[in-house]
Amino acid sequence: MVMCINFIGEIINIIVKVGVIIFPGSNCDRDMFHVLSDVFNLNTQYYWHEKGLPDNIDAVILPGGFSYGDRLRAGVIAANSPVIKDVKKLAKKGIPILGVCNGFQILVESNLLPGVLLKNDSLNFMCQWTNLVVKNNKTPFTNKLELNQKIPIPIANGEGRYYADLQLLDDLKKHDQIVFSYGKHVNGSIEQIAGICNEDGNVVGMMPHPERAAEKLLNPLDNKPSSLIFESLIHTIGAKN
Amino acid sequence: MSLQNHEIKHIKDIIKRKLTDTELQILAAEWSEHCSYKSSKKHLKMLPITGRSVIHEKGYDSGVLDVGDGYVVTVHIESHNHPSAVEPFGGAATGVGGVIRDILSTGTRPIAILDGLRFGDIENDAHARWLFKNVVSGIANYGNCLGIPTIGGEVEFDDCYKGYALVDVAAIGFGKKDKLIKNHASEGDLVVLVGGPTGRDGIGGSQFASDLLEDENRSAVQIPDPFIEKLIIETILEARNEKCINAMKDLGGGGLSCAISETAESLGVGIELDVDSVHTRESGLLPYEIMISESQERMLVITSKQKLPKLKQICDKFNVICSVIGHVKNDKMMHVKKSKKTIALLPAEFVARGPLINRKKTKPKYLLQIKRENKAKKNLDYSKIIQELLSCPNIASKHWVFQQYDHEVGIRTVVKPGFDASVLRLDNGKFLSAKIDGNPKHCYIDPRQGAIGCFEEACRNVVCTGANPIGMVDHLQFGNPEDPEIFWTFMESLEGLTDYAKFLRVPCVGGKVSFYNETDFGPIKPTPLIGVLGLVDHTPFLSSTPNDGDYLIIIGNTKNELGGSEYFEYIDKFIGGICPTVDFKNSKINMLTTLSLIKNKLVKSVHDCSKGGFSIAVSELSIFGQIGCDIDIEKIPCEKDLSSEQILFSESHSRYLLVIDKKNILNVERFLSKKKISFAVLGKFSGDQINIKRKSQNLVKLRIDLAQKRYFNGLGDLLKHG
Repeated sequence: MVMCINFIGEIINIIVKVGVIIFPGSNCDRDMFHVLSDVFNLNTQYYWHEKGLPDNIDAVILPGGFSYGDRLRAGVIAANSPVIKDVKKLAKKGIPILGVCNGFQILVESNLLPGVLLKNDSLNFMCQWTNLVVKNNKTPFTNKLELNQKIPIPIANGEGRYYADLQLLDDLKKHDQIVFSYGKHVNGSIEQIAGICNEDGNVVGMMPHPERAAEKLLNPLDNKPSSLIFESLIHTIGAKN
Repeated sequence: MSLQNHEIKHIKDIIKRKLTDTELQILAAEWSEHCSYKSSKKHLKMLPITGRSVIHEKGYDSGVLDVGDGYVVTVHIESHNHPSAVEPFGGAATGVGGVIRDILSTGTRPIAILDGLRFGDIENDAHARWLFKNVVSGIANYGNCLGIPTIGGEVEFDDCYKGYALVDVAAIGFGKKDKLIKNHASEGDLVVLVGGPTGRDGIGGSQFASDLLEDENRSAVQIPDPFIEKLIIETILEARNEKCINAMKDLGGGGLSCAISETAESLGVGIELDVDSVHTRESGLLPYEIMISESQERMLVITSKQKLPKLKQICDKFNVICSVIGHVKNDKMMHVKKSKKTIALLPAEFVARGPLINRKKTKPKYLLQIKRENKAKKNLDYSKIIQELLSCPNIASKHWVFQQYDHEVGIRTVVKPGFDASVLRLDNGKFLSAKIDGNPKHCYIDPRQGAIGCFEEACRNVVCTGANPIGMVDHLQFGNPEDPEIFWTFMESLEGLTDYAKFLRVPCVGGKVSFYNETDFGPIKPTPLIGVLGLVDHTPFLSSTPNDGDYLIIIGNTKNELGGSEYFEYIDKFIGGICPTVDFKNSKINMLTTLSLIKNKLVKSVHDCSKGGFSIAVSELSIFGQIGCDIDIEKIPCEKDLSSEQILFSESHSRYLLVIDKKNILNVERFLSKKKISFAVLGKFSGDQINIKRKSQNLVKLRIDLAQKRYFNGLGDLLKHG
C-alpha cells in the first residue's frame, strides 16, 4: 500500500503503479518520473526495456528522448525491444498507455498507433512553446480537459510532423482518434495533428511534452491545462481502483 | 610531429637514451600547446582560484562549487575551433561531447550546456553562413540526443573570423557532494577503458589545434556519436552509485597518452597498459595511433579487482564496451606494451609536464595607430539606425539558433534563453544562473578593458536574474603566441581578468587557453570568453514584461565609449574609438544595489545595457513587452557634453535598466538616492511606439511592430536562402 494524495488533496491509500519505460537513449524518463512521482504523488516505477512489465500495472508511459540515437528512423529500433510485447498485451487489455515525443514515435513504429512521423517542414529540430487544442476529451489522458481547451506546452523534436493518407485520416476522424491538434501551423503536420489515440482510445501518443509544462515554475504561461493531462490519468486509474 | 628543438634537448637531458617512435608520438601529443599549456601555464597561476564554495580535488578537469545542502555544481569550458572550421557539424558536436565528459569525470550529471559561437560576416560571406548553420546543427544534434539542455550562449559575427569559427562550449553538472569521485588508485587496481572503440579519427588532433589553420587536416577531426555518449553517461553514473570508480578521466586532446600520463602523475602512481587490449574500430592500428587517437566517447576508469565484475555488468546493461587495458603500479612510470614487448617506458610526470616556455611580449603596433575619433560622415536618422541595429546579426534575436536546441529537457530551465542569463532550478530549492559573454570588438581596441568588460557583462547578466556571482570560467582565445604582439594581448586580458576577479572575489574555477587561432587571413581578434555562474538562494526572480504606466530607470553612468560598439562597426564601418572601461567600485555598487532591489521585490524586470547601447536595451524591453515608451535622455547620468549619439549607442558598462511599477517608484527613488549611486527616471512605458527625445528634440520614433519584425526576423531572413 502506498499513501497518495489525490488531485483534490485527499489522502488515499491505493496501489497505483505507473511504469516509465527506459530505452537506451531515452532522456525524458527522469523528467516524467519526477512529475508523476513528486508532483502528482503517483507510485511510479522505471522499467528497463529488456525487462517485462507486470500484469497488474495501471498505466505505462513511454517517455521522450532519442532511443537508439534515432538510428534508421526515430523509434524504429525501440519498437522491436522486448518490452514492446508486454506493452502490446497491456494495450489490448485497455490499460492506459501514453507515448510522448519519442514515445509517440515508438508507438507508431510498433503499430500501436497508425500513421507516421516525418521530419518537421523546417527541416530543423524545433524547441518552442505552442498551444495545443483538445480534440478528444474521452481518453484516459484527456478526460479532465474540456473539448477545444487550449494547452500551452513546449515541443522539442526533429521528426514530429504527423502524416496520414486520406483514407487513414477519414478513419481517424470516424473513430475520434485525433486527440490534440496545434492551434496554428507549427511543423507541417497534416491537419495540424499533434496527438492521436488508437480506436479504443486507451493508447495515446503526443509530440509535445506535458511533463515540461505541468509545474508553475517551468511554465511561463499556464500550467493548469497540462496538469489536467496527469489528473485525467489519476482520475482514470484511481476510479478503477 | 611537432616537437621543437628545445624539447628534443630536454628529452635528451632527462631520459638519456634514444626514444622509441611511440614515445616520441606520445610526447608530441602531450607536449602540444593544446595539452601542455606551455605558453600560458606559468601565467594562469595569477588567477584567484580559491573561494568559500570552491572544492579542490586532484585530477579534476572541471571546477566544483559547493551550493549547500550537500550538493555541488560543476562547470567547465572548452573550445573546438580548428575542427569546426574544417568540418563544422562534427567539430562542433565533438566539442560538446568533450566538455560533457569533463563534467562526468567528477561524478556529476551534466545538466546544461551553453555555447559561444563566432563566425565571419554572414551577411556577405556564404562560407561563414555555411559554417554557422552546420555548427548550430552539430551542437543541436549532439546536445539534444544526450538530453542535456542547451540553455544559452551567444553568437557573434566579425570579419576577423573569416574562414574560421570559434566554437566554445561550457557545460554545467550537478550532483551530491558525497558522490563526487575522489580520485585515488593503489597498486593492483585495474585500468579500464569504457566507451566507443578507438579508431583513426582525431589522430594528432591536439597538434593540429596547436598550429595555424592553413591546411584542412580531416583525419585530425573526430567523429561524433551522441548515442554512445548518452549510454556512457548513464553507465558511469550507475557505476558511481555502485562505487565502482576509484578514479576517472575523460579521453580528450592527446587521447590515451594524455589520460594515462596525467592520471598517473596526479595520483602519484604508475600505469602499465597493453595496446592490444584496447578495443579498436578497425584492425591494424599502429601502437602510436592507439596512443594518440582522439576518438570520442571514451572514459578511463580505475577500479579495484573486486569491483570489476560489477562494472562489467553495468557496462553490459547499457551495451557499452569496456576493456581492461592495464593496471596500476607504484613506480610512477607510464609503461606501454604491445603484448609482451615494451614500446614506451617514461616517467609519468615527465610526460605530463612538458617543458614550459617564456614567451616574449610587446605592445602591438596596431594599437598605436588605431584612430581614437570617428570622423566619418554621418546620417543621424536615429530611428533608422536603431532599426538597422535591431536586425543586425549581432543584435537580432537568436531564436533561430536556440530553438534548434532542446533547452527544456531536464525540466530545470526556469528562465529560458533569449534575454539575459538563463536560470536552472536545483534539487535543493536554490537556483543557478549562468551566462557566457565575449566581445572581440572591445578586446581588439583594448585587450585588458575588453576582457574585464566581458567578465562584467556576464556578471551583469547573472545579476539581472537576481543571482549572486559565485564563480567564473574563462576561455582565452588568441592567435599565434609565438608572435610577441599577440602574446601581449593575451597577457593584458589575463591580467585584467585577474584584477577584476580578485576585486569581486569571484574565483576562477576552470578555463582553457586556445592559441593559434589564425588562418591565411590572419589572426583572430583577442577573444576571451567569460562564463559566470550565479546562485539564487530562495525564490527565483521571474521578471515580467513592462505594462502601461510602468517607469523606466537607468542605473550607472554613460560615457564617451563608442569604441568597438556595434554602432561604430556595423553602422559606420569604423574600427577604433575609446573602448568602454569598468570602474570597479561603481561596478560592484551597481551590482549590489540591483540585487537588493530585486530581493526587495521593487522591480518588475532588469535588463543590462550592452551591445548597441542604451537605445537597443530599451528597445528590447519594449519589443518583449509589446509596448511603446516615452523616454527623455536629457537627465541620463553621463559624462559632460555627451552627444545624443554617444548616449544612445555607447556600450558603457555597469548600467542596468529597471522597469518599475508606479506604486513602487517613490520607494525605489528613495532607495537609490540613499545609496548615492548614479541613476535617473527616464520615462514611462505606454503606447505602441518607442519615443526617445532629448528635452524638446525628438530623436527616435519607432513603431513596436516594425521593431519586432526587425529584431525577430533579422537573423532568420539571412539564413533562409542559403
